[in-house]
Amino acid sequence: MYKILRKEVFSETVKLMVLEAPLVAHKAKAGQFVIVRMDETGERIPLTIADFDAEKGTITIIFQEVGKSTMQMGLMEEGEYFENVVGPLGHATEIKNYGKVIVVAGGVGIAPIFPIARALKQAGNHVTAIIGARNKSLLFWEDRMRAETDHVIICTDDGSYGRKGLVTEPLKEILEQNKDIAQVWAIGPSIMMKFASLTTKPFNVPTLVSLNTVMVDGTGMCGGCRVVMDSGAKFVCVDGPEFDGHHVDWDLLLSRLSFFRDEERQAVERWKEQDHKCRTDIMFENGIKEGQNG
Amino acid sequence: MAKKIIVPCKVKMPEQPAGERVHNYQEVPYGYTPEEAMEEARRCLQCARPTCMDGCPVNVNIPGFLALVADGDFQGAVDMIKLTNALPAITGRVCPQEVQCEGVCVLNKKFEPVGIGRLERFVADWEAGQGKIAIPQAPPQTGRKVAVVGSGPAGLTAAADLARMGHEVDVFEALHEPGGVLVYGIPEFRLPKAIVKREVDYVKSLGADVHLDFIVGSVATLDELLEKYDAILLGTGAGLPWFMGLPGENLGGVYSSNEYLTRVNLMKAYRPEYDTPVSRGNRVLTIGGGNTAMDAARTALRLGSKESIIVYRRSRAELPARAEEVHHAEEEGVQFNLLTTPVAFHGKDGRVTALECIKNELGEPDASGRRKPVPIEGSNFFIEADVMVIAIGQSPSPLIANTTPELKTMKNGTVAADTATMKTSKKGVFAAGDIITGGATVILAMGQAKIAASAIDEYLKTGVW
Ligand SMILES: Cc1cc2nc3c(=O)[nH]c(=O)nc-3n(C[C@H](O)[C@H](O)[C@H](O)COP(=O)(O)OP(=O)(O)OC[C@H]3O[C@@H](n4cnc5c(N)ncnc54)[C@H](O)[C@@H]3O)c2cc1C
Ligand SMILES: Cc1cc2nc3c(=O)[nH]c(=O)nc-3n(C[C@H](O)[C@H](O)[C@H](O)COP(=O)(O)OP(=O)(O)OC[C@H]3O[C@@H](n4cnc5c(N)ncnc54)[C@H](O)[C@@H]3O)c2cc1C
Ligand code: SF4
Ligand code: FES
Repeated sequence: MYKILRKEVFSETVKLMVLEAPLVAHKAKAGQFVIVRMDETGERIPLTIADFDAEKGTITIIFQEVGKSTMQMGLMEEGEYFENVVGPLGHATEIKNYGKVIVVAGGVGIAPIFPIARALKQAGNHVTAIIGARNKSLLFWEDRMRAETDHVIICTDDGSYGRKGLVTEPLKEILEQNKDIAQVWAIGPSIMMKFASLTTKPFNVPTLVSLNTVMVDGTGMCGGCRVVMDSGAKFVCVDGPEFDGHHVDWDLLLSRLSFFRDEERQAVERWKEQDHKCRTDIMFENGIKEGQNG
Repeated sequence: MAKKIIVPCKVKMPEQPAGERVHNYQEVPYGYTPEEAMEEARRCLQCARPTCMDGCPVNVNIPGFLALVADGDFQGAVDMIKLTNALPAITGRVCPQEVQCEGVCVLNKKFEPVGIGRLERFVADWEAGQGKIAIPQAPPQTGRKVAVVGSGPAGLTAAADLARMGHEVDVFEALHEPGGVLVYGIPEFRLPKAIVKREVDYVKSLGADVHLDFIVGSVATLDELLEKYDAILLGTGAGLPWFMGLPGENLGGVYSSNEYLTRVNLMKAYRPEYDTPVSRGNRVLTIGGGNTAMDAARTALRLGSKESIIVYRRSRAELPARAEEVHHAEEEGVQFNLLTTPVAFHGKDGRVTALECIKNELGEPDASGRRKPVPIEGSNFFIEADVMVIAIGQSPSPLIANTTPELKTMKNGTVAADTATMKTSKKGVFAAGDIITGGATVILAMGQAKIAASAIDEYLKTGVW
């Protein structure tokens, strides 16, 4: 059992939780993830380790409510317990001094990009962060990002904060103006990672994306997370989650992600009928919209 | 002893009718009553040289326990089995008896063999039904600590033996439930999970601690474990599913058998109160001919598919599944497309819709001694289906080997071990089960785990590697 020590509500659909998970915290590195299960009947849900504190034995997760499981998770409170937390899973980000780098985060992708940006900065890189969200209310950790990087650019789809537009616009501008960008990380909804990769491709700047496929075990046992690279199929949970965005078969990835959409919609509807009517109505609307981005 | 009268056929074991059972997840055979068990046990000739025992990988004293069953001494019988087989309720259900003990029983030459598996199952269930499984007295503690990695049949067996030898045992399991393939792979209707839980509880009652959600290789490497433990047993199985590398293989609706069965068994997708989804499918096609393929094809029917079809490249005689599983699958209406090899998956809008196959004929025997399937040119045809399950085998996951450079592995990813002691190339580390054999059987995993446990005991006593 893994206790929720702290919960922070970033927006109607985005929440942060600090969990007591000493074994995971002890080993966690930027770029890795955990799989959590709320209770006996719950799904196994992969979530990036957004922060960790080995000394306190805690990890931080930030999630967006996109379906039944994440909505239900959003209702959990401090002092309650997750039945299971397993990790750290996947390979850690390769941190070294590359020189000048850009990290691009879309929506809840700020969570996974943060520890990577921090580690890159600590390794001596010059780090520019481009953060995008649909609107101002969905942004979080701007202060932390500012504290751990050299330069932060914020975009919102509706112009409610920062620049109006998509993250790919400033990304392109920076690449045009700076020929010495050594590497780009882009993490967020799959569609955003696809377009970020397409943006960097003409500049030939290596671009790492962190894929969030459907997963079951997260240990390389089921193959449900497979993704097709130019070099063949890979398992995101054990071969990734980071991959070279220029070699991912994005269309296949997007179609695999939507595979269970009908079942998931039904699950939300069943759940709503049971007891959580009004609150989830709103979350469902928001959730599905955002889910479709990814 | 008076000359035995030969009873040619096994006492029938009652089972759920096929038409009914495809709508539920309950176990298919009901098991013998005490009277039926005694009658079946009396069919044994009590051979002076019992050939059945040659077929048993763990040397169960078969005629010995059968004689006790015949006398109605069920406790005596189960005690005798447990001297060499820690998990009789499980092996009685899943061992391929037809190629082991029953296959070499003298009766099998002309008649039906003694129903050894059924009787093994009977006495184990009988004991559990008594409500008090005897827990042996705790032996004096040796003060030595052993880490067992994986809680499948290999890990559970080794943990039990090592605990009974007085060692402190910690079992580390990656998943959220112990049992290995017994919980994530083999379906409820073939091996009720309550039985696996009973065995796990027994191992715990002997003093072994089971730590779930603990992935060795990531949470702790073998070297880190060796700082705290005097020896390690690796029983991590063969969990890496094989794909075929065919076009269209990554379309939606194409599953590995591990994913399909894990969703249903471990995550309980068949029960509405559980959240994990699985595609139910109108027509489900399973590729492969082993136990895993039978399990997937029969699961599909229970999930509500109208048709369940198996595609296998050799002929019926070569199907590697247990005979009983093939028989049950046929009874339940699973269709078999034999001598058929898949060549491509076809789909629409990202979802699989049909499998393109080619017909085979049997050629010369291959390295395995079985006649090789040879494709007939131009015989391509399509089978339409909306869910496809690839059940062609699996090999060990590379996770531990990748984080332990000194651990020698073979080409197919299995860990190299000396089969007399189960020692690996790394000092203090032993291995047993599918991790060294590749996908094999429960009883082989158990037999190797027993050898490993004795060798570990020896190593802890002498310190000699
Ligand atoms: C390695 C990894 C790390 C992840 N890290 C995070 C994280 O830090 N924070 C976070 O909020 N999420 C993260 N995710 C995604 C998260 O696991 C899913 O959003 C979650 O499992 C959805 O569960 P659900 O039952 O609530 O929704 P579901 O009912 O499963 O899905 C609802 C809707 O969301 C869509 N959807 C499903 N999965 C995803 C996905 N992976 N990405 C986008 N849309 C999806 C579906 O198509 C559907 O429309 C990560 C995924 C992976 C594989
Ligand atoms: C669907 C299916 C049906 C089968 N039917 C039969 C049958 O009818 N009869 C028969 O005899 N055999 C059958 N088999 C084969 C049999 O189940 C295996 O041979 C047997 O389970 C092997 O036991 P094991 O202990 O070596 O490994 P497993 O049962 O695979 O257990 C290994 C355990 O180790 C865990 N693990 C893996 N890596 C790590 C790690 N890094 N850290 C911690 N834990 C880890 C796994 O999660 C798993 O729980 C079947 C197999 C399948 C897949
Ligand atoms: S070979 Fe058959 S008949 Fe002979 S002892 Fe064994 S079970 Fe009995
Ligand atoms: S999630 Fe099962 S293999 Fe990756």
